[in-house]
Amino acid sequence: MIPVAWRQFRSQAAVATAALVAVAVALAVTGPHLVDVYRAGLAACRAQGTTGSNCSNPVAGADRGLQVAVLAVVLVAPALVGMFWGAPLVARELESGTYRLAWTQSVTRRRWMLGKLGVVALGAMAGAGLLSLMATWWSSPVVTAAQNRFSPGQFGLLDLVPVGYAAFAFSLGAATGVLFRRTLPAMAVTLAGFVAARLAVTYWLRPHFMAPVREVLPLQDAGIGLVVGPGGPTVVGQAPPLPNAWVVSTTVQDAAGRAPTAADLRHACPDLPGIGTAGPPAGPGVGHVSAAVPVPGGLKAPLQQCVATLGARFHDVALYQPADRYWPFQWFETLTFVAAAVLLAGAAVWWVRHRMR
Amino acid sequence: MTAVLAARGLGKRYGRRWALQDCTLDIPAGHVVGLVGPNGAGKSTLLHVAVGLLAPSAGSIEVLGRPPAADAAQLSRVGFVAQDAPVYSRLTVADHLRFGARLNPTWDPALARRRTEDLDLDPRQHAGSLSGGQRAQLALTLAIAKRPEFLVLDEPVASLDPLARRQFLQSLMEIVAEQGVSVLLSSHLVADLERVCDYLVVLVASHVQVAEEVDTLLGAHRRLTGPRRDPASLPGDIEVVEESHTERQSTLLVRTDGPVLDPAWTVEEVGLEDVVLAYMGRAVAPARGRRARLGVAP
Repeated sequence: MIPVAWRQFRSQAAVATAALVAVAVALAVTGPHLVDVYRAGLAACRAQGTTGSNCSNPVAGADRGLQVAVLAVVLVAPALVGMFWGAPLVARELESGTYRLAWTQSVTRRRWMLGKLGVVALGAMAGAGLLSLMATWWSSPVVTAAQNRFSPGQFGLLDLVPVGYAAFAFSLGAATGVLFRRTLPAMAVTLAGFVAARLAVTYWLRPHFMAPVREVLPLQDAGIGLVVGPGGPTVVGQAPPLPNAWVVSTTVQDAAGRAPTAADLRHACPDLPGIGTAGPPAGPGVGHVSAAVPVPGGLKAPLQQCVATLGARFHDVALYQPADRYWPFQWFETLTFVAAAVLLAGAAVWWVRHRMR
Repeated sequence: MTAVLAARGLGKRYGRRWALQDCTLDIPAGHVVGLVGPNGAGKSTLLHVAVGLLAPSAGSIEVLGRPPAADAAQLSRVGFVAQDAPVYSRLTVADHLRFGARLNPTWDPALARRRTEDLDLDPRQHAGSLSGGQRAQLALTLAIAKRPEFLVLDEPVASLDPLARRQFLQSLMEIVAEQGVSVLLSSHLVADLERVCDYLVVLVASHVQVAEEVDTLLGAHRRLTGPRRDPASLPGDIEVVEESHTERQSTLLVRTDGPVLDPAWTVEEVGLEDVVLAYMGRAVAPARGRRARLGVAP
């Protein structure tokens, strides 16, 4: 069955290979420029004495259109695999009537389905893997400079996860093609289903793969943000400097878990405009001062006073996924999608064997 | 002779609609069997169940003594040419032969090659650009080169022009002569079946009206023409299949095992088509009879 499945898949594989080669050439031509920009930026930062996250490397904004295009290709590729390889896999046979030829050869439907699903799924995963490999290589200067590998725009488009997405999208397409018996509606449902699954995992499931690490920092180290709103002043926790970590939340709270009240703030920061009674409001209603960003000279002393007073009772509590969990998260998400793909493929095989007679 | 196909109370339902219901049928081995019946009689459904594309909703069916498509071995014993001879339009003729060779352990490459040569099929040609006749021949090649014991064809010539139709049936006859394979083919045209079949099954609304050898069928049926009279007055061994009456004359199509001796009748032989049409007509006659009686009511 495998040679037959391969023969039927060959022209689609040729189209995909041509597309991959085109992408490879484009990335090989444009990649070195990004590396140059990154190195120049790094040298400039070193000359100024800034390193790590304090170094704002111009590579982030270099070749912006190209960066978006590369990520868009990796973003869309699994959906295309699902729509153009998965959905027609069985549905096309049903529409054209060739299932009557295929299923009356001396091969059981189980073997026929497993052969077709296996060959094309492997092709889809290999293609997605290659594409991701190229995109990861190409965008590595940007990723290194951004120090934010868990951001949805990077985590879901680089390294391992695109392989899982491709497997899932393909199986979803094949299963909906079996269920709907027609290619076009199956393509539409595959696209919708894939987008829904990606969003759901990214925003609902991924944060819960592992319990985040809880870190308590003195306010003096973390800094605070102060927001003066219509309801009075409130305080906003600042993310600790954790490069490539995924900060889930930061809050300012005391030992009992309570946030400082407006009264606490007025008491601790009497000399800050808009909070204490000493000065007029900083703006038309909302002002923002933070110890982490440069503040006007006149406010520096009152702000430090404010942080010191608050810091006696309150702490900065950060929940985050450490940077070294990047690969466990990549594996976890990839295997989640691969497992879903296997379930969908199993359902498609079962349906063809038992419900399509 | 053992049965190549034995169905008992066979039914296939789609939702609430029965495409085939309570069909009981035995087809002996070693024949070219024609399955004829009006559209919607369930011919195609019956054939699809026989080759395992559909599973019965009711009753049972055995093909060559086993349930259809039970496993790969059973699949290899039955060849099938589906209606309109589906092939992969983007694959070439040679691809199709490789497809058959890969998927059938019993594949006969010499037979496949000889047939494509005899038919002048270009191995490099895409199946999508073949004529209807060539496509049907390619499908037949795939079905026969797996060396089945039982070959099933669903309306194989319905969409072909008369020349392609004759060539296809000619090919089929050659195959039967060479391979000695049992064949079941459906058609709604008796003329096509008459040319190749030695056994006939007439199916009307899932029910078998006739199932016997063509020679027996032709030998047992006669058309009687004579002065008008009540068919009930005929001897008991004469069964009236179809009757029509004018004011003075009666025309009967009867089945009888012996000669008709009554000199009042003119006795003629009848063609297969007339016999088949008579049985098809009889199967729907009760409804017509009721309508007629209502028509003459005061």
